[in-house]
Amino acid sequence: MSFINRTARAFLLAELVQGLACTLKYFFFKPAVTINYPFEKGPLSPRFRGEHALRRYANGEERCIACKLCEAVCPALAITIDGETRADGSRRARRYDIDMTKCIYCGFCQEACPVDAIVEGPNFEYATESRAELMYNKAKLLANGDRWESELAARIEADAPYR
Amino acid sequence: MGEAKSHNYTINLGPQHPSAHGVLRLVLEMSGEVVERADPHIGLLHRGTEKLIEHKTYQQATPYFDRLDYVGTMNQEHAFVLAAEKLLGVVVPPRGQMIRTLYCEIGRVLNHILNITAYVMDVGGMTPILWGFEEREKLMAFYERVCGARLHANYFRVGGVAFDLPAGLLEDIATWAAAFPKVLDDIETLVTENRIFKQRTVDIGIVSREQALDWGFSGPNLRASGLAWDLRKAQPYECYADLDFDIPVGKHGDCYDRYLVRMAEMRESVKLIRQCAAKMPGGPCKVEDRKVSPPPRAEMKRSMEALIHHFKLFTEGFHVPAGETYTAVEAPKGEFAVYLVSDGTNKPYRCKIRAPGYAHLQALEMMTKGHMLADVVAVIGSIDIVFGEIDR
Repeated sequence: MSFINRTARAFLLAELVQGLACTLKYFFFKPAVTINYPFEKGPLSPRFRGEHALRRYANGEERCIACKLCEAVCPALAITIDGETRADGSRRARRYDIDMTKCIYCGFCQEACPVDAIVEGPNFEYATESRAELMYNKAKLLANGDRWESELAARIEADAPYR
Repeated sequence: MGEAKSHNYTINLGPQHPSAHGVLRLVLEMSGEVVERADPHIGLLHRGTEKLIEHKTYQQATPYFDRLDYVGTMNQEHAFVLAAEKLLGVVVPPRGQMIRTLYCEIGRVLNHILNITAYVMDVGGMTPILWGFEEREKLMAFYERVCGARLHANYFRVGGVAFDLPAGLLEDIATWAAAFPKVLDDIETLVTENRIFKQRTVDIGIVSREQALDWGFSGPNLRASGLAWDLRKAQPYECYADLDFDIPVGKHGDCYDRYLVRMAEMRESVKLIRQCAAKMPGGPCKVEDRKVSPPPRAEMKRSMEALIHHFKLFTEGFHVPAGETYTAVEAPKGEFAVYLVSDGTNKPYRCKIRAPGYAHLQALEMMTKGHMLADVVAVIGSIDIVFGEIDR
């Protein structure tokens, strides 16, 4: 009996017809899951590790105190910092460079930062046309911070209970 | 008229060939369309990971494990953190263990979806990869929600996991786990009984039990040859001993069995994911020992002692007592292990990585000899190799 069954299924292309029916079911009855990328984007969690930014305090002062903890913890050695003592006695970074071509986006810098200055933000669309543009300096990082500040603050607040 | 001579013809498959699954350069000696010799040339993706790790603290080493087998990333981290914990004598709290188990199983499903669907595409089926990637997308969203990266997670830490699960994530994972077997059923409807797929895979690349053991097979490839060896059962680590799951085993050890074993394993993984989501205990997700894991940020900003611990951990790291350990986990591709030698400093003295794909690739010639050229593609697809871990 199983022989007849098997032979009949083989001659009637049973498994191919079943497979095609399954494909057609998806083709006609399943809503599309693709999104129209530059105009629509998928959701991002507050933990997403994207482009780096240096943040400021509400009064406009830089947060970074050049403690070099991020430089020390960076596994890829992508961060270079020079510190200085300002005229008012405060310690700040004179130079803060990130080589984005070396960075492996592990997130250790933002975990290490004791003053929430360096963060990895939600931006992932920063492709450049040249390699040189990916050598970020302090001005570029601070500009990123200014541009994304409202989102960065919201992300840090949303994730604070877990950190 | 001279005598007609026949020469073996040497061809080069890869390293840019799409069926080479990465950067495999395969030098094939062909007699007509039959493979006489298959010589894999590896090393095109060598980055010196093992040596790099010797120059990083234990904490800094974890991101490098993501970049070995970049398909099931957290499973690799798992081997390293377990090895370091063994040397340190740290016991991870139950919640941390369960989260790790949960994400290792998610990693296994991620890996098997990619392997199965890419393998089916190698032998001619286009649709499963489109369906499979939809599911992978959902799983990578779970990765992203917990650690902030879709692929290179850097989530497991010595002593637990980096952050606790965000609210609502477990429920979403449970919802996904309830719906996923339906997708597997659909993929099986397309592939499992399909005569074209069976013609390409049944009795191709047969590995007997003895051969599998001789060549150092592990994971699904070993189980397809009929040996029920799974480190999760054989030497349970983390909380696998408390969870209920089966080990699917194949019979013939051919390409088709390797496909079937992976399909069945995904169903077992979904079972495990469901159990983890249901049983998730409360409490901390990493050890509270401040000499190993950094204090919470709020505490670090309030307490001087916590700040000192924070600075010490992120600059110097922790010192691991001298000793050595071979710690293996059941990664999706097989037995992935770390042989860690510590000399008592804050950096590993030696970190040897045992990549399962390496052992599987060296058996390629044994598996393909006497088969046709097209069967080489099926065999490469079925042994599930990723060059990140083979070349390291």
